[in-house]
Amino acid sequence: MIANKATSRFTDGIAQVGACGIFLVQILRAIPRSMRYLRESVRQVWFVGAMSLIIIMTSGLFVGMVLGLQLYYVLSIFGGTAALGTVVSLSLYRELGPVVTALLFAGRAGTSITAEIGLMRATDQIDAMEMMAVDPLAYVVAPRFIAGIIAMPILACVFNALGILGAYLVGVSWLGVDGGTFWSNMTSSVDVWKDVINGVWKSVAFGAVCTLIATFQGYTTAPTSEGVAYATTRTVVFSSITTLALDFVMTAFLM
Amino acid sequence: MTAPNALHNAGKPDEALIRIRGLRTVLNGKTIFDGVDLDIPRGRITAVMGPSGTGKTTLMRHITGQRAPDAGEIVVDGRDVAKIGRRELFGLREKIGYLFQNSALLTDYSVFENVAFPLRQHLRLPEELLRNIVLTKLQAVGLRGAAELMPAELSGGMVRRVALARAIVRDPMLIIYDEPFVGLDPIALNQILKLIKTLNQTLGITSILVGHELAAVRLVADSIYLIAGGKIAAHGAPEELARGETPWTRQFFSGEADGPVPFHYPASDYATQLGLAGKAALAPPPVVPAPRAIEPERKP
Repeated sequence: MIANKATSRFTDGIAQVGACGIFLVQILRAIPRSMRYLRESVRQVWFVGAMSLIIIMTSGLFVGMVLGLQLYYVLSIFGGTAALGTVVSLSLYRELGPVVTALLFAGRAGTSITAEIGLMRATDQIDAMEMMAVDPLAYVVAPRFIAGIIAMPILACVFNALGILGAYLVGVSWLGVDGGTFWSNMTSSVDVWKDVINGVWKSVAFGAVCTLIATFQGYTTAPTSEGVAYATTRTVVFSSITTLALDFVMTAFLM
Repeated sequence: MTAPNALHNAGKPDEALIRIRGLRTVLNGKTIFDGVDLDIPRGRITAVMGPSGTGKTTLMRHITGQRAPDAGEIVVDGRDVAKIGRRELFGLREKIGYLFQNSALLTDYSVFENVAFPLRQHLRLPEELLRNIVLTKLQAVGLRGAAELMPAELSGGMVRRVALARAIVRDPMLIIYDEPFVGLDPIALNQILKLIKTLNQTLGITSILVGHELAAVRLVADSIYLIAGGKIAAHGAPEELARGETPWTRQFFSGEADGPVPFHYPASDYATQLGLAGKAALAPPPVVPAPRAIEPERKP
């Protein structure tokens, strides 16, 4: 009984991954058609990007401050507090910036996308578009997908900037690390292509994955309040797990 | 914009715009339609009625190509909707107005933008002309003054009237009204009935009316299909069906609990379920009959 249930859940999971893959292909095919709805794409960049700025900036600042505190403590054991700027910036550019931004994005924008599309499904708005000969994949889904891919790297850059500022405030202004050393060590040890751009690539991939999961969950949700609620939860869970797994894979390839 | 539709329908008044043959649909293991044949004539108002859950909305979804049938043929304006490609289907849908059961207004857009939506998507009209068309349709449903309101600010009846304005904004070849009278007060109901009749008479728009309200439907419909048990249980003019000459029409139009359509969902014995079986002092519980097989009765 339990084995059957586990098998059924596993096969359902595989089927969902397959359906999500087909959905991605449909979105990619709909993107050229969605170009006529450019205004909608811009609106979505504003909605998923600009509207997420507050949470991204606040989180980035505090993550940077915590990093500054913790790393100062560790580095001070070895007498290496001068490397604070280097360690903080490399941590943020290479890992924390893209990953934490993606997790926050999934919680803020991903859930919002799922709930919005799910409610459109539940209230027949998607069917109404189909009936008015408007392709909902091109009008509703593709603009959000494009917006996620555009917004995520920008948000990650903002997160990194605020993180470094937070570490600077703690390390230099509070704990007394030399400001010149902080910045010069950072600029000399961070490689734009190897560190910053690789982080940006990760963000682009996380943006695509998180938005794909959010739109898929919303588009295929059961058309009920309960269905939308479950879909929203699944968006956060699946996006978070996929982001962390993909981060490992990309790190292994980009190292 | 309106003349071609009227002309289109006027040229072939006796031809069926929609022809359904041998329609069979199974949903979640339940047979919804079992060999349904149905014709919707051009330029007429045809009502589709029947008890709740008999598949009236599913039938409309078949007609608009939203759902493919398990068997049978659905020909709309000469094209089998289950066999045509997406592009051709969308081309056909551009000629169909659909009033959804729950209105399905786009919640992010104002009343004006909801009604303008189909025009903006498919026609490159000058803004002034578009505005005039939208305001004309809103005036027809009595909501010109509500053009700038958002759907959340409207009452249920107003939402339906906006949805109606959106359905007719392109003066389509066919309008499907799915439960158009739900939530309307008597004044709005009367005006909407007049609007449906006027659209049909002046523009020759073919209309399908899905609903339960016989009193309202008989005022505008040219003919009625009564669907029950997966088949066409009766078909004819409203006056004929209202006379209730068959068990189906008699029960449906008089609202009796007893008849071919069981009011009670099939269940086990009532007294047994309540734990009262065998107690002699109690009256015998009512026996709930299983749904009967249907003898379809069709009028030419």
